[in-house]
Amino acid sequence: MKTFGGRVLFLDRSDINTDEIIPAKYLTEVSKEALAPYLLEDLKLEGFEQKRDIANRGVVVTRANFGCGSSREHAPWALEVNGIHVVVAENFARIFRQNMYNCGMLAIELSPETISALFEKFAGRETGCSLSLTPPVLTFASGADTLEAPFRLEGFDRALVEAGGWVDYADKKY
Amino acid sequence: MGKTTAEKIFEAHLVDKPDGETSVLSIDTVFCHEITTPIAINDLVARGKDRVFDPSRIKAVIDHVTPAKDTLTAQQGKIVRDWARRQGIRDFFDVGRNGVCHALFPEQGFVRPGATIIMGDSHTCTHGAFGAFAAGVGTTDLEVGILKGVCAFKAPRTIRFNITGTLRPGVYAKDVILFVIGQIGVNGATNCVMEFAGPVIDAMSMESRMTLCNMAIEAGGTSGICAPDMTTVEYLWPFIKDEFASREAALAEYSRWKADEDAVYERVIEYDVSSLEPMATFGYKPDQVKPVRELAGTKVDQVYIGSCTNGRIEDLRIVAEVMRGKKIADSVRVVLSPATPTVYKMALAEGLVDVFMEAGVCLTNPTCGACLGMSNGVLAPGEVAASTTNRNFNGRMGKGGTVHLMSPATAAATALAGVIANSSLYTG
Ligand code: SF4
Repeated sequence: MKTFGGRVLFLDRSDINTDEIIPAKYLTEVSKEALAPYLLEDLKLEGFEQKRDIANRGVVVTRANFGCGSSREHAPWALEVNGIHVVVAENFARIFRQNMYNCGMLAIELSPETISALFEKFAGRETGCSLSLTPPVLTFASGADTLEAPFRLEGFDRALVEAGGWVDYADKKY
Repeated sequence: MGKTTAEKIFEAHLVDKPDGETSVLSIDTVFCHEITTPIAINDLVARGKDRVFDPSRIKAVIDHVTPAKDTLTAQQGKIVRDWARRQGIRDFFDVGRNGVCHALFPEQGFVRPGATIIMGDSHTCTHGAFGAFAAGVGTTDLEVGILKGVCAFKAPRTIRFNITGTLRPGVYAKDVILFVIGQIGVNGATNCVMEFAGPVIDAMSMESRMTLCNMAIEAGGTSGICAPDMTTVEYLWPFIKDEFASREAALAEYSRWKADEDAVYERVIEYDVSSLEPMATFGYKPDQVKPVRELAGTKVDQVYIGSCTNGRIEDLRIVAEVMRGKKIADSVRVVLSPATPTVYKMALAEGLVDVFMEAGVCLTNPTCGACLGMSNGVLAPGEVAASTTNRNFNGRMGKGGTVHLMSPATAAATALAGVIANSSLYTG
């Protein structure tokens, strides 16, 4: 199983697509590691500086429909090779969400109200996020401020995370 | 309670139900190409699991950028080539025998009614034209497919489209699917199978049905599906003639995959297409669709004819019919890529290549090429293309370029006029 948690990167926008997560021109790379420097390279977002902001993060918090666009799994991989194993959003594009769990990572859906509360309380501040999987709860903390957010992790999704991804799960089981 | 085609296929392939909504299916055939497969191969090697579940059920091709244009694309091809040899994958199509995956694999007889097919490519939905469940997947799903021959899907919900009436001359499957996507939107069939039925579909060739199912993903659909019928059997006959005593026997066997009369659908939508005009897209989303008439006169720099949507022999015949004895406009350049070597050979034998070259068309080898803006006709910033492909995303055929999607007939007419135009075959 992967490790989950770490410093939070806040991306305050909906519909961040797979081209913004990892531009198409890097699809000719044949290793996941080669993608590392290009994560979010084309994302235009006020206050976001790719070179400065992607280092040493473990969790992304964003708005709605994260990962829309193409089916490229290079998007979760670009996150993975940067140590980001958790994305928290209102919801995700279907294939991106499946790709995350297939990689043994977490695409966590929280209500729009909780997402808004997170942005209001923590965005712009040095924030840490720790996770418990049983029961599934996210704990955000910055200075003396904390916020606990329970989330849903059941059935096949949970099995994939516990197995460390679909390859290991399927290889054992089928 | 009756079942849809997808439900029947799921039931017949069920391996496991890890939770209430997920089905792990056995996969009959895994298709591979050189863009999404190399990382799966490398990952299997790194895990010490460099194996395949069954080399005879894996089909691989180098098609997206071929012949290689640079070191990186050459390396992608090499990884797939070396792997196919190492694993004994006999159905591997290298330079000279390669063509666009979703045109090549059906032509080779690899798709059967009732089959499950996955590929690391979103237009895998094309193969549903044969009454199969065929879906595009990410690389990890592909990797597990290669290793174990299984893939997990949520229970299929199906939207049925009854397409009634008769198509006017000059109006084709491409116009129908553009119209449908325009009606339901790019998210209109997300997480759903799109089942196409009705007299218009019954009258369509397999090539046209493939064009139709190819674009299911542009409405978010997991797979397109057409019920198998005598047209399907005729197309497959050279490959199945040893399996069945007669065509009727094959049809009887395949008919069990047809949806039941009392199947339960998410939605049933009926369109009478008798008055449908040729359609084309504008903007950067495939649901931005208008009659060609309303876009007529729009200047284009390049016309592209080919791809898994419309690069088959039927398409090339239509293009030749429009272009015969004519010249393309001075202001425009035309790139045409027959989708497979067989299509190319047929076009040569039928004299279509002469028609194209007399008109001033540039023919390229079979490849995806310009469809995804990687080679063979990439647009310059600010340029406009008229294209028979399936995606008009911003920059799809080259950064800063615009794409109008349309049928081969409309593309050919546009090539002659230099501006978007209805074809001479259209009698509206
Ligand atoms: S022709 Fe275009 S859409 Fe079809 S498989 Fe190739 S790149 Fe994809």
